[in-house]
Amino acid sequence: MKSVAEPVPKLLRERADSFTTISGRRIERVYGAADIADLDYSRDLADPGAFPYTRGIHPTGYRGKLWTMRQFAGFGTPEETNERYKTLLRAGGTGLSVAFDLPTLMGRDPDHELSLGEVGKCGVNVTSLADMETLFDGIALGDITTSMTINSPAAMIFAMYLVVAEKQGADWKKLSGTIQNDILKEFIAQKEYIFPPRPSMRIITDIFAFCSKQAPKWNTISVSGYHIREAGATALQELAFTLRDGLEYVQWGVDAGLDVDDFVPRISFFFNAHSDFFEEIAKYRAARKIWAHAMRDRFHARSERSWKLRFHSQTAGVSLTAQQPYNNVVRTALQALSAVLGGTNSLHTNSLDEALALPTADAATLALRTQQIIAHESGVANVVDPLGGSYFVEKLTREVEDGALAYFEAIDKMGGMVEAIERGFPQKEIAESAYRFQQAVERKEKIIVGVNDFVQHDAPPIEILYIDESAAEKQLAKLDRLQKTRNADQVARSLDALRAAARSTENLMPRILDAVRAYATVGEMCDALREVWGEYEEVPII
Amino acid sequence: MLLAGGLATWSPPREKKVGPHAVKKMSSKIRVVIAKPGLDGHDRGAKVIARALRDAGMEVIYTGLRQTPEQIVAAALQEDADVIGLSILSGAHNHIAPRLMALLRQKGLDDVLVVIGGIIPDVDIPKLKEIGVKGVFLPGTPMQDIIGFINKNVRPRVGAELAPPGPG
Repeated sequence: MKSVAEPVPKLLRERADSFTTISGRRIERVYGAADIADLDYSRDLADPGAFPYTRGIHPTGYRGKLWTMRQFAGFGTPEETNERYKTLLRAGGTGLSVAFDLPTLMGRDPDHELSLGEVGKCGVNVTSLADMETLFDGIALGDITTSMTINSPAAMIFAMYLVVAEKQGADWKKLSGTIQNDILKEFIAQKEYIFPPRPSMRIITDIFAFCSKQAPKWNTISVSGYHIREAGATALQELAFTLRDGLEYVQWGVDAGLDVDDFVPRISFFFNAHSDFFEEIAKYRAARKIWAHAMRDRFHARSERSWKLRFHSQTAGVSLTAQQPYNNVVRTALQALSAVLGGTNSLHTNSLDEALALPTADAATLALRTQQIIAHESGVANVVDPLGGSYFVEKLTREVEDGALAYFEAIDKMGGMVEAIERGFPQKEIAESAYRFQQAVERKEKIIVGVNDFVQHDAPPIEILYIDESAAEKQLAKLDRLQKTRNADQVARSLDALRAAARSTENLMPRILDAVRAYATVGEMCDALREVWGEYEEVPII
Repeated sequence: MLLAGGLATWSPPREKKVGPHAVKKMSSKIRVVIAKPGLDGHDRGAKVIARALRDAGMEVIYTGLRQTPEQIVAAALQEDADVIGLSILSGAHNHIAPRLMALLRQKGLDDVLVVIGGIIPDVDIPKLKEIGVKGVFLPGTPMQDIIGFINKNVRPRVGAELAPPGPG
């Protein structure tokens, strides 16, 4: 027997005692046939387009259709953002993605005290239908697809979009796009909640029911792991909490009396594309497999469309550094490549300046070009699931799948995701991971180029987009004009009807559409619901 | 298998909430109020720094989200804070910081050390320093730097060991 003190042969000496992913997952030196000995091709992988879709939901992958290059954008006034959209569409962007400012996201008008200093800063301010008309002026909503990152006031913003489309003469039944509408991850991670969890879930099931009849091509929810990951979750926690959120929405829809196959095909997902290349690819592949099984076996969906998980991805904002910002172009390219190799259906690439500010037009264009280079020059889009069968990737895919199922079991035992959130379970798990990662960075166990190693003090500053207070002034003036010109009685009546609907069980969407048509503001509509349901306040967990 | 941060290793973190029942302990520990003003809810940084300061031996009170400057100053007063740490990522710092500093002066809390962490454009940093914000920490700042800054710049605590009197 060899002594433990015997030195490792020089040839086998390694840089570190152990190697881990960015999520802390231990990685072996090499993977081989034994690691995937129990893998059954038709059961676990199957050809692209076949259940359980581990290798992708389309038989032809990107040979049929490239992913949608959808760049998230919005700042200042609707006028300014409308210009940016036209620039992106001219540059070859194939879909729009709206970033709203914090007052809009939190259901507050620009004249509310909490909106002070926030109007137009992190996105575009939309107060009423009038702003939505300006935002999409000269853009035919019947011809493009639009994604809107809106959650607590999703029903109001979606209603505004529908009314603008109607005024343009577009048919709701043909409209295509997505509202994020994922409140669970707000309670878990991003914290842009307004109402308590249960009435918030009711709004969402009302939207499911409304859209299944009136706007059947609209993606009613984008179940989002992106923000969960940004808050500090590991890749596994992102996967597990996001998919479990998805199951929660399906359960609530079923409990509200909907047929699974009537609304599940319009549920889509949104994942983070972080820096640990292979772990991310495994995450996307496992996500498709887990969802397919859950829909078929747990919810007895019969339609293949319900089994297929479609997802958007965005490169990791949290991985961008303020130091040596040009390095971010490289990070983003690698992250985007992992999303493409993982079969993303839609992608946003971050701009190099986003650790400092919202992106300049040039930075946003470069981010789009990054996707175009991957799509048209790298050759990776010519073959479906090129990493399928890799010992390492298949083993990782299996590991994250098993890990996610263990989380499902724990959350099921708590009674479901709403209950788990109410007891702070995912929130605490994420905070713990965030802290561990930060410690690993401080100990230099994880290297961030330009931040804790390869530091350069003379890196020249870059030009950034500076958003001043003019957007707030303009939006306040517009609100003032609106309040003087709209029919005040019609507004009051529509808000009364909305309050009454909130107290009953009738679907809220028709009432919200009426209020939107009367030019009621986002703040007024949310206030009407605040009066009925109250506001949620979280108990700090630290 | 679960990850390092997974279920298996999870244990409940200590809870602390601002309110009339918050326990005040007389000690020489530096008392820090970490606050998240404005509408933004991205609290990863606020929570990570709160834990880091606590692990460095400070008494940390996290106010939770969406606190107005008035609420933050009230918390600082009630908690006898030596330090207020603001986490602001949304760009609202030019509105929030001046209001907060004016309120602190009004309440006679001029000697409370105020620091800000978050996304702050370079051009705004001199303006913040001018109104009395002592430290501005941008993304990527090591926690040790922030801990060191607080230790160096905080007022001496009443009840803490005082330096022996000098001849002057």
